[in-house]
Amino acid sequence: MGKSKVAALPGWFSLDGEPHLIGSRCTACGTYYFPVRTMACRNPACGKDDLEQVPLSRTGKLWSFTDACYQPPEPFVAPEPFVPFAIAAVELEHERMTVLGQVTGGIEVSQLRLGMTMEIVLEPLFADEATESLIWKWRPV
Amino acid sequence: MNTEIAILGVGMHPWGKWGKNFVEYGLVAARAALADAGIDWRKVQFVSGAATIRCGYPGYVAGATFAQALGWQGAQVNTSYAACASGSQALAAARSKILSGECEVALVIGADTTPKGFLAPQKGERPDDPDWVRFRVGITNPTYFGLYARRRMGLYGDTQEDFARVKVKNANHGFGNPNARYRKRFSIDEVAASAMVANPLRLMDICATSDGAAALIVSSLDFARRHGRGDAVRIAAISTVAPTFASEILEMPDLATDSAVAAEAHRFRSALPRKAYEEAGIGPADVDVAEVYDLSTALELDWYEDLQFCPRGEAARLVREGVTSLGGRLPVNPSGGLACFGEAVPAQALAQVCELAWQLRGAAGERQVDGAKVGITANQGLFGHGSSVIVKK
Repeated sequence: MGKSKVAALPGWFSLDGEPHLIGSRCTACGTYYFPVRTMACRNPACGKDDLEQVPLSRTGKLWSFTDACYQPPEPFVAPEPFVPFAIAAVELEHERMTVLGQVTGGIEVSQLRLGMTMEIVLEPLFADEATESLIWKWRPV
Repeated sequence: MNTEIAILGVGMHPWGKWGKNFVEYGLVAARAALADAGIDWRKVQFVSGAATIRCGYPGYVAGATFAQALGWQGAQVNTSYAACASGSQALAAARSKILSGECEVALVIGADTTPKGFLAPQKGERPDDPDWVRFRVGITNPTYFGLYARRRMGLYGDTQEDFARVKVKNANHGFGNPNARYRKRFSIDEVAASAMVANPLRLMDICATSDGAAALIVSSLDFARRHGRGDAVRIAAISTVAPTFASEILEMPDLATDSAVAAEAHRFRSALPRKAYEEAGIGPADVDVAEVYDLSTALELDWYEDLQFCPRGEAARLVREGVTSLGGRLPVNPSGGLACFGEAVPAQALAQVCELAWQLRGAAGERQVDGAKVGITANQGLFGHGSSVIVKK
């Protein structure tokens, strides 16, 4: 039997259907938020309180990238041995915001370049014997 | 209205990993600053401390902790916490008290004892804390430095060699600084041979965390004159502005920028010196020397542009041509910067001001910037904190 899959950060992305991040949108001024925001809109020219949950764009342009060559400290849960991973900051055109995330396993910095189209996938962040905890990652299209 | 105050004394405890309590470092720095000012501790009317969050309760009440360590003498105390800008906010608190006439002379002080390795979040499971969440996902401080550096390479054609040049320059500057932790010269090849941490940045591109302490004795101009120090260097501006929505650039510890759908995007780093220039009534062309927050080599280049030393995208040229080296037109980080000090968070913004005070007095020895009359600092930390201080003769 396969492991059960849970979100490493519950409510930050959808586990059903096509993977996408879950954000908020101010119904008054249209500003987006990630992660979900339930309090007031932070645009100082708006300040309204009505925020709705919305799916965010699944693809964007690569704003910049780097990698983690050394094991990050806790609360990061590292595999044994630690495997370095690439990290991407991706501009979502429609939302006009940049979202950070790990890059899908096996992709190295040398395979990335600014402006590439990247898409959201879900992959394990860490796992124990029964459960896989998933996180969003960016993958070159 | 005159908004200037005098710097009567400056002092430090050398940066390093000494394994002692932060109070001990602070005491050394405070006594050095008092001696430099020629002021009896009992004359100090206000102690403005920068907090450290890694040294327990005494760190949260740093102002009182140092006042007690020096011997309670009835002064007012205050403690500021503003991440990497804590020292500048403590300085701003002292300036407010002095300009309002509530006190004439103040001790401003920050000291820290730091753990080894990456700066990590506080313990416990806190999914509502962005600083906890980003470490959960594997995003450390060098991640952000790596992203900024790669962006420079992609947009402006900067190279890893350009970044290494910043390290080589700062290592040369700090080589003879008795307060610096790392006093060793490096070649570009040695930087290139160090381990990759956050591509394109290597170990020698990224600053360490250190123990250290810095202190200032500041006063009203009138007090300075009455004590024969009318010629003391002055603080002409302290900018500690918060960002303006919407953020243009991913900032620690966030996993996303603001959305610029309804509001224009703003660059926080540029706002800090802009406010300082306005306050002092000067411009970037008036600056003779700068101490900037080189958390990474590439970030120092970003600061050149945010300080308006050159148009956006041209910073690498300044370091290639030696403009920002000692002997150049506008030396940056003559102290050696964070590259030679490592970061001692609550002390660092004050250490920048100490260096400018020495430079403007002409007392910086072999790292002296000839004829320096105006200096500026630039610094930025987590959660919308940063500062820029202008010191002038």
